[in-house]
Amino acid sequence: MSQYNEVGEQPAIIVEGLTKSFGEVHALRGIDLSVPHGTVLGVLGPNGAGKTTAVRILTTLLEPDGGRALVEGYDVVHQAAAVRRSIGLAGQSAAIQEELTGRENLEIIGRLYHLKWPQARSRAIELLEQFGLSDAADRTAKTYSGGMQRRLDLAASLVGQPKVLFLDEPTTGLDPRSRLGMWEIIRSLVADGTTLLLTTQYLDEADELADEIVVIDHGLVIAAGTSEELKGRVGGDVIEFTVPDRSRIGDAVAAIGAIGEGDPHADKETGVVGIGVGGRGSDALIDAVRSLDATGVEVHGLALRRPSLDDVFLALTGHAAEEEDQPAGRRRGRRGGRAASKDMERTAS
Amino acid sequence: MTAVAERVATPGAPGEPSRRVRFGWAVTDTLTITRRNLLVWIRVPAYLVFTVIQPVIFVLLFRYVFGGAIPVHTVGGYVNYLIPGIIAQTAAFATFGTAIALAQELKKGVIDRLKSMPMARSAVLAGRLVADTLRMIVTILIIVAVGYAVGFRFDNGFVPAVAMIVLATVFGVAICCISAYTGLAIGDEESVQAFGLIWLFPLTFLSSAFVPISTMPGWLQAFANNQPVTYVVDTMRALALGGPVWPSLWKSLIWLVAIFVVFLPLAVRAYRRAS
Repeated sequence: MSQYNEVGEQPAIIVEGLTKSFGEVHALRGIDLSVPHGTVLGVLGPNGAGKTTAVRILTTLLEPDGGRALVEGYDVVHQAAAVRRSIGLAGQSAAIQEELTGRENLEIIGRLYHLKWPQARSRAIELLEQFGLSDAADRTAKTYSGGMQRRLDLAASLVGQPKVLFLDEPTTGLDPRSRLGMWEIIRSLVADGTTLLLTTQYLDEADELADEIVVIDHGLVIAAGTSEELKGRVGGDVIEFTVPDRSRIGDAVAAIGAIGEGDPHADKETGVVGIGVGGRGSDALIDAVRSLDATGVEVHGLALRRPSLDDVFLALTGHAAEEEDQPAGRRRGRRGGRAASKDMERTAS
Repeated sequence: MTAVAERVATPGAPGEPSRRVRFGWAVTDTLTITRRNLLVWIRVPAYLVFTVIQPVIFVLLFRYVFGGAIPVHTVGGYVNYLIPGIIAQTAAFATFGTAIALAQELKKGVIDRLKSMPMARSAVLAGRLVADTLRMIVTILIIVAVGYAVGFRFDNGFVPAVAMIVLATVFGVAICCISAYTGLAIGDEESVQAFGLIWLFPLTFLSSAFVPISTMPGWLQAFANNQPVTYVVDTMRALALGGPVWPSLWKSLIWLVAIFVVFLPLAVRAYRRAS
């Protein structure tokens, strides 16, 4: 009965042994999740890890091959209609009708939730207000910026006042400012008591928004815990620098070997050397500078940074969070590639 | 896990609405989607061009450029031969919009969003078909008007004229089912467009729509004589201008029924599976 909290309330989302394959590709290989009411679960993983597949099953868009999933107590396969009345979904791209105005988009969604016209209208006005889109309400969504389109999309997912909200990579492809704006909005939703399952490729996003994080790789949960717990496993902050003279990488690695926790990693191609330094942060940075200076190795871009998703993956799986395609080419138009997202990650943190 | 069972059985939990309520929703949801699609149609100049201007250009091209070189034995000359053919082709080409719109909605995640909502699942396809049928009727009426301007006349009375427009529309809706299926099954806007050209062009041009089939080489006649567009166009011509309707009508109806029986379920299945 560990799934139940002290009041005996059942979690908003329960997932047990969920599996799904697309032909030869095993997208999910037995996933367990539990999300208590009013909390945020961050599902972290690279492209193709199975995040989207999990969300699609939980939102009744896809049937699992095995295992089961309950949302608000309803089985996603056998009680799909009841699940649909309880959830909201906003995906990776803005699922709005660009030719219609923001107001029309929300009114039509309201009608499809079987609100009467007056209610659909007032709900649209309310949401446009809440998401800072009142001024743009009567412009076609085509004229909106990327950030505004995502906000409208998120607003659309809230028309039915869902108890459980699924956000599949809500900030992928957004510029840093829009991304921060999105976080702000998501935080306010959570403060209102909405249960949220959020998938993301960005550790900092999960860190900012999630109460609990699960890391998914190749269709399996490879780690779960709070952001602090996960960072502990990564070894905290990371010192990283580039050695322009590739022949001296060995010297650089030897010089910093003693200051960190665990072994330094070095990339012979790019000359990037890094080491996890736990919570020692700036002390370790000073040690590194001294030690490298004493060895006389020239380094560029020496910096202390917070662990990234790549670091989490390196620590947990021994391989980097490489780009992988979604099974069976089913990945929808993703805006911006991994390279762009990485830049964004740096700028935002 | 007892709590789960209890929750499911709780009378207070929102159960399934009655069949009548659900039917009512299916109707209102279809109307809502229809309304949305018509709004989009009005707002996108490209769709208007595709569905209205393109057939008008075809009328002018065939009436004044190619028409003089095409020998027909139709009362009233080539323009009377042409307009029913153009109308059938227009109805078929209008379904490009169906395929493209569905592919776009699929790609953008609009269909995912709608499928994750407690709305009637049939409404997305039904609303699409209703909106596209209305769009098709508007286009057909425009072509009839343009036809009148360039000399076409209904020579067989009012009721057969209306019957011709109805037949053209039913034919268009049948083709619409094929297009909806291709749009949902292919799911990529550009590919859908390219594929549409591959089957819609031969289907409409290798028929009696523009030229008498007797002018084609024998091997082509074998195809042209037996394909649905020819039967439908021949029936439309008989309705518009007079002549025996039944011989081509029953073959048209068999084709149309066959198309509906095969492609409507395929489209529905593709929609269910679409992701």
